[in-house]
Amino acid sequence: MPYVLELTGISKRFPGVQALSGIDFALAAGEVHALLGENGAGKSTLMKILCGVYRPDEGRLLIDGEERHFHDYREATAAGVATIFQEFSLVPDLNAVENIFLGRELTRRGLLQKAAMRQRAMALFDKLGYAVPLDRPVGTLSVAQQQFVEIAKALSNDARILVLDEPTAPLTPEETQHLFKVMRELQAQGVAMVFISHHLDEIFEVAQRITVLRDGRKIGCVATDEVDMNRLVEMMVGRSLESSFPLRTPPPADAPLMLDVEAIQLQRGDPVNQLHVRAGEILGFAGVVGSGRSELALGLIGELKTARKQVRFDGKPVRLGDPAQALELGIGLLPENRKADGLILDASLRDNISLNNLAKYRRFGGLIDGAKEMAATLKSLADAHVKAPSPHTAVGTLSGGNQQKVVIARWLQQRCRLLIFDEPTRGIDVGAKAEIYQLIHAMAAAGHAVILISSELPEIVGLSHRVAVFRQGAITATLEGEAIHPNQIMLHATGAQHALS
Amino acid sequence: MSLADGDFLTVANLLNIVRQVSINAVIAVGMTYVILSGGIDLSVGSVLALAGTLTAGLLIAGLPPYLAIAAGLACGLLLGALNGLLVAYLGMPSIIVTLATMGIARGLGLLYTGGYPVDGLPEWFGLLGRGKLLGIPNPVLLMLAIFALAWLLLSRTAFGRHVYAIGGNEDATRLSGVRVKRNKLMVYAISGFTAALAGLVLSSRLMSGQPSAGVSFELDAIAAVVMGGIPITGGRGSVIGTLIGALTLGVLNNGLNMMGISPYLQIVIRGVIILFAIYIGRERARRT
Repeated sequence: MPYVLELTGISKRFPGVQALSGIDFALAAGEVHALLGENGAGKSTLMKILCGVYRPDEGRLLIDGEERHFHDYREATAAGVATIFQEFSLVPDLNAVENIFLGRELTRRGLLQKAAMRQRAMALFDKLGYAVPLDRPVGTLSVAQQQFVEIAKALSNDARILVLDEPTAPLTPEETQHLFKVMRELQAQGVAMVFISHHLDEIFEVAQRITVLRDGRKIGCVATDEVDMNRLVEMMVGRSLESSFPLRTPPPADAPLMLDVEAIQLQRGDPVNQLHVRAGEILGFAGVVGSGRSELALGLIGELKTARKQVRFDGKPVRLGDPAQALELGIGLLPENRKADGLILDASLRDNISLNNLAKYRRFGGLIDGAKEMAATLKSLADAHVKAPSPHTAVGTLSGGNQQKVVIARWLQQRCRLLIFDEPTRGIDVGAKAEIYQLIHAMAAAGHAVILISSELPEIVGLSHRVAVFRQGAITATLEGEAIHPNQIMLHATGAQHALS
Repeated sequence: MSLADGDFLTVANLLNIVRQVSINAVIAVGMTYVILSGGIDLSVGSVLALAGTLTAGLLIAGLPPYLAIAAGLACGLLLGALNGLLVAYLGMPSIIVTLATMGIARGLGLLYTGGYPVDGLPEWFGLLGRGKLLGIPNPVLLMLAIFALAWLLLSRTAFGRHVYAIGGNEDATRLSGVRVKRNKLMVYAISGFTAALAGLVLSSRLMSGQPSAGVSFELDAIAAVVMGGIPITGGRGSVIGTLIGALTLGVLNNGLNMMGISPYLQIVIRGVIILFAIYIGRERARRT
């Protein structure tokens, strides 16, 4: 089989970690090749080498059998390699057409040929079979639409090798199906694709071959039709996983109300919601992306301004004007977007974990007791199972799963009485997910109240004692006990319930 | 060449360099806080002039020395706090806010003095800028004390950590429950205070309150901070770097002078060296 891309013996070292050792990877024309591995296994590093962001310490990169050395992203793009990163590289204020042709605008005598560009863009979206509003700033489009703009941009570059780094993470099931349709279309046109996803079912659906990485080494490359899920999970984690959800123990029925909100409204005209959560209880927030779950959570801690009536925390009326007041009371939020809103990527693990904990280490009228801080840091790193070379490592160099655990480690120290987890396992591999479920479960079992926002139904169903289902900003149902079932949740989340009745 | 003659490396010359550097270095301490937090303070030069002339004027008017000095420092602190209030609580961009207060402070200084230097200061006032202790000029001692204090505050207190955190990721810091606004207000207040302090030292050294002093001092302070390895976007670096940056600029000025290079050419060379130093710093940061 002639390969469009061959990576042989790729090794890469970062200070303190051997990120990749001797990786071989080959991609045939018209193939969807899945890259699978736990967070920190080296998938992203390998792809960054492919698209010119990193240079390998050892190994060769061949395109069409010819050895290439990319010095930056542009050179890789010119060679036909395009990458759709988890973080989009679109300019939010420009529209789809302007984004697609950014830096390569069609001009005649120095003037932009807007009509021609628009036509070319429309042709691209036709080819993808997906309509995107062309005149609106892409920042106002949905995540799925933005992703298709990214793909169109890659295709307009005549990309023959397309890297899709967890493209389905922010998509709804229908949007995911559409993406797969587009991928098959591209496949038929001879485009080779590297597909990174943590969802094994997706990989089985769309990929022909799977390469598994673990701890920077290649564990194997298998054809999708010759392997099953259990075998893959074993290859990934090096052991078979017991059920990833801890056994659910309901809180005592007379557990005190931790948070009780009589009425909360984000903006005039928005739905008015009511909610409560008990000590020791995990309250799930289910619903499709954009249904208002995160906004309500941000409203609860005062990050978004809201109109409220009767907010009681631990039995006492409270104001919750901003996150600092929430923290004082013992309410913490772990944001959905950990890179943008949760972490200081350039700062060390210690500084990130200590961020809101420093008051505990004060001595001599304000100086930080370094020894005490380090001891506490090491303990919470261990408690949260963070894997990192040292507490002084910059958080930005860690894998997604470990970054999330650092955020958790920060809040573990706080002994908060209510923690709000917003998509705690997005972009995180199976093994790390199970660990995070254990941590969340353990917190509830220790008497903390937990609100869990998640787009992954198994997670909501597996962990929650009660589930509030959101649709268009309103809590349309609160499910308990046997009613917590994926079908029930989807009915309420999509509004099918109304259509039926 | 005087550099080879050995004049350059005499203790007297080195002390001279440090003394010349001290005023810019003290301003740069406050600037370090502001830049670390992700902002910028353009008003320091004007605040320096206003505080310097105010203290001088009040001394001549017969106010008790401690009151006159306190008023000068308080004036810097308050103007800084005003910057902080506008940036942190009203969300205005620091470059615009401090550009405006730069004009306001400069104008107030000119109004207060009528545009004339305030002369005839009491003899003892010269102690701050001209005096020596154990052979070391007082401004140098003051500078070292301020740096020691600033270093302690930045690296060993919660406030300092929060300044870095805000520069690193303000949203994440706020969401984690840190009182970002209050900390930012303090950062600008500190910058106003150190600028006022530098203003008093300058008035003392000149034995005169100069309303037109300190023009473009903000640029020298920013240069010292950036030469010291702090990215202009904040979040990383150390006040020790700022000290090294300020000293490097001082040595450079002194060396160029002693080599008899045309003052016009000196300006060009300084600019080129600053660019070069920042390039090196960035490359180093990229590789780690």
